[in-house]
Parts: sequence; C-alpha cells; structure tokens
Amino acid sequence: MSSTAVELSERRLGQFGDKYFAGRPQQVLLRNWISFKSSAWIAVVSGFLEPVLYLLSFGYGVGALVGNISTTTGQVSYAAFIAPGLLASSAMNGALLDSTWNVFFKLNESRLYNAMLATSLGPLDVALGEIAWALMRGGAYATAFTIIMSALGLITTWWGILAIPAAIIVAFGFASFGMAITSYMKSHHQMNFFYIFLLPMFLFSGAFYPLTVFPGWGQAIIKALPLRQGIELVTRAMAGEFSVHLLVNVTYFLVMICVGLFFTTKRLNALFMK
Amino acid sequence: MTKSLIHARGLTKTYGDFVAVDGIDFDVAKGESFGFLGPNGAGKSTTMRIIGATSVRTSGTLTILGKDPEVNGPQIRAHLGVVPQQDNLDVELTVSENIFIYGRYFGLSSSFINKKIPELLEFAQLEEKKDTKVQALSGGMKRRLTIARSLVSEPDILMLDEPTTGLDPQARHILWDRLFRLKEQGVTLLITTHYMDEAEQLCDRLIVMDKGKIMAENSPAQLIKDYSTKEVLEVRFGSDKNHEMVEILRPLAERIEVLPDRILLYAEDGEHLLEQIAAKGIHPNTSLVRRSSLEDVFLRLTGRSLVE
Repeated sequence: MSSTAVELSERRLGQFGDKYFAGRPQQVLLRNWISFKSSAWIAVVSGFLEPVLYLLSFGYGVGALVGNISTTTGQVSYAAFIAPGLLASSAMNGALLDSTWNVFFKLNESRLYNAMLATSLGPLDVALGEIAWALMRGGAYATAFTIIMSALGLITTWWGILAIPAAIIVAFGFASFGMAITSYMKSHHQMNFFYIFLLPMFLFSGAFYPLTVFPGWGQAIIKALPLRQGIELVTRAMAGEFSVHLLVNVTYFLVMICVGLFFTTKRLNALFMK
Repeated sequence: MTKSLIHARGLTKTYGDFVAVDGIDFDVAKGESFGFLGPNGAGKSTTMRIIGATSVRTSGTLTILGKDPEVNGPQIRAHLGVVPQQDNLDVELTVSENIFIYGRYFGLSSSFINKKIPELLEFAQLEEKKDTKVQALSGGMKRRLTIARSLVSEPDILMLDEPTTGLDPQARHILWDRLFRLKEQGVTLLITTHYMDEAEQLCDRLIVMDKGKIMAENSPAQLIKDYSTKEVLEVRFGSDKNHEMVEILRPLAERIEVLPDRILLYAEDGEHLLEQIAAKGIHPNTSLVRRSSLEDVFLRLTGRSLVE
C-alpha cells in the first residue's frame, strides 16, 4: 500500500525549514526531463556549438596569426590558451539558458510554479530542482567541450579531467544567480538588459587575450566579474595549480550559489505565498 | 452537527490600505458543497488562496482539518485539490504526463499514480487525448484535465475558483455533471463563482460576499426565500420612460428595482401583478415573469448586479 499525500507531507513536519522544503527537488528535475525528452534538440545543440565554433575559428584562425603564447606554465598554442576560457563560457551559457529564459517562461507565462506550489512542494524544492537542472545542462556542455578539447590535443596532462568538476561549479554558480535575478524580472524588456551585460563580460573577461593588456583598475573590475573567476577556476584546475588563488575562485562561486539560492527561495515565497 | 472541516473566525487579509477580506466567519462541514458567491473583487479568490495555504492571512483564526495553514502549509496542501481560475497546466507535457508529474510533486509513487491515471482520464473524458500535448486541448478539456490532475492525490477538499468562467454552455454542463459526481462521492467542494446558476446547481450552502464582507449565508433556496419574493416580473418601457413609470408601479409590488434597461417588480404571483398593471391601462413594451434567483438576492443585498 502506497503512502498517501498527507502521510508523505507529515514526514518532514518539525524538521528544519519544513515550510519551504519538502525534500523533493528531484521531482522538479523529473518534470524537466519529461519535457526535455520531447523537446527541440536543435536548441540544445546550438547552445553547445557556440563555444566550439569560437574555439575552431579563433583558436586555429586567429591562432595562425598569433602563434604560441607564453604563460606561467610555459609556451602554449593559442587554441590551448583560449580553451579553458571557452569552457567556462560554455558552462555559463548552458546554465543561464535554463535558469533565465526558461525560468522566466515558467514563472510568468505558463504559471508552472503556481501549480507546483499548490501541491505540498515548497519554494526551496522548486529553486533547487530548477538550479540543478540548469547546472546539469551546463555540466553536459562542459563535458562535451572537454571531450572535444581532448580530441584536438589541447589537454596535455591528466589534470585536464578536472575541467569537468571545475565547470560544474561554474555552472552551479551561474544557474543559482541567474534564477535569482530572473525571479525579480517583470518583463521581457528587463530580461534583455540582463543579456546586454553578458556579451561584454564574455569579450572582456580575458578568454581571448591576457588580462595584462588592461590597466590595473580595469583588471580589478574584470577580476570581480563571475566569468573571469570561472575562467581562472577552470584554467587553474586544468593546470593542477592548487593554490590560495584557486581557493578564492571556488569560494567566490560558493558564495554565488548560496546567495542565489537564498534570494530565489525568498522571492518565490514572496510571489506565491503572498 | 459534524465537526467542521474548515473553521474561520474574523478572517482578514489586507494589502496595504486595501482590505480584500474583512473579518469573515464561516464553517464548512465534511462532504458539503460550499460556495462563495460575489462579483469580481469581492474577496472570494483571496479567501480561497488563504485556505489553500498559498496566501498568509493578516489576522483572524483559520483551521483546516484542525491545522493552521500558517504553521502547516505543506500538510494542508497535501489534503487539497486546487483548480485555479487561470489554467496552469504544464503546456510542454501531454495530458497523462501532466497527471503523472503532479502526483510526483506530492511524492506519490509512480506505481500508485500509473494505476490512477486511466481512472482519472475516464472521469475527465480525455482517454483519447492522453498522449496529446496540453496546448492542443479546448478550454473545456483543459479545465477537466485540471480537475482530474487535482484529484490524483485523493484530496479531502477540492477547491474550484470560478470553474466555468470562459467556457461555452455545453462545456459548462459537462463540467457541472463531473462536479456533481464528485459531490455524490462525498468530496467536499469549495467553489467560488459569480454565476448564480452555477451556485444554485452545485452549492448546498453559500455565502454571498461583497467588498470583502459576508452579506448573507444559507442554502440557495433559503436565501431566495429570505431575501426575495417567489416571482419577479420584468417590464420594459423604453429607457427614457422607465423612470416615470416607477412611481406609478411602486405601490403595486412588494419591492421594486430599477436597472438601466428594465424594471424588476417583486411579487408572490407575477402573472397576477401583470394583470393588475394592465387593468390600470399600463402596457409595457415587453414583460416577463420568472422565478426569483440568487441574482435578485444579490441585488437586494448590495443594490448592484452580480455580473456587471
């Protein structure tokens, strides 16, 4: 005999955060998987292709003009120089695709979260489930990109495998933060503002050239941006460089994840429990 | 009397200076079909959201199956089936996937839900549509699916907010039939509506709400008895002549209401009243005798029409 909905809801009663969390974010993931199975695969493929196209065109096109680049770990090809930055961007794009436009649609148009929160689910279940899904997409993009890097001979040490967990941390941070911001957005217009910010961040975060081309104050601003932190995290992890700097990068993302989760839950609660 | 399933005293909800629900008291018994009748903005939907533990009351007491929604929100929601005013079906999924995942949100096992799906599809008359994406369904089908979906968790209370608004007459009658079956099975129904015929068809008892307050509470038949006469005579003289006729007609009827396009004369015997009027040599352009309805009750209580 299966448990009833009431019995199930009473199991978590008295536990910490029982008003906000039913312990079932995996059901939100399952919902996304069912929807994804029959969705347009072309959207998935195009999101993944973007950084690959950058790698091929810039890495081997511009790379032929630039030649090798000297870094702290020695001489590398231009393609190998830009690959970690593109990997971080790929993880970011994958995570943001789900946590921004898709979340906006579910929040404001299909009213899906209204339906979820009319059941015994809580806002933290919804936030965690959606963020986990976005991070899975980011992680999948990053893994595929790592395989391509490896096939192109751009990964020279075993540390290269750390690209995947590093990219997943980056994806988690962007997914969490992206969903928090989206939950406060009221119109498509505001959403576009958000995207206006992303392109310069991508171009100036030093994925294509060393940050030293900028003056000190410029470098300081860029280093405070999440994509730069993500690029450093992936580059250091892939080089096996376990330093305080790496710890700072990881901490930056942990804070981003926690802040994002906190505000997403708070906002969903305010929107649906008013 | 059986112990009440829902118990509200002085229930109040304010948004800033605006009082949406103004200190209302009511009790709903198990198996009862209870209605909230009133125009848009009367506070019906807000009351429903507070009961559904998706809105927090400002003051007053409220218990649902002995639990306080402020403390036990998720536990109360596990008892409820919610059919909102605006459809919020999962448009990216098929009909049966919608029921399946909704059950999973409650934490129900897949085997339990899969056993229930055919039964719910049959109830909603959607067996042939089970693999269709929701987007392709008609308004009536969507509403029936929303009801079927809400039943997957075997709720003790089914809450329907304006269940037939926006549906064509045929779709409304199909839906009423389905809801009537649930009522027969002993499901407690909570219904908000601004349609008097819907309230008369479905509700055992109802409260008439206006501007956040309860104006009256009783069974539909008793409300009509208490606040109106048995029959109503509707007469039209043309919009410019209606007003001058009122004073002539007033002594003849028990009560009189003037609407923009017609005059309502309340009497126990409408035909007899019409004869009296004709005997005075007054001949309206059109006349109609009908039974009193909840619309008349509302007009009496608030001086306004229900559907404006």
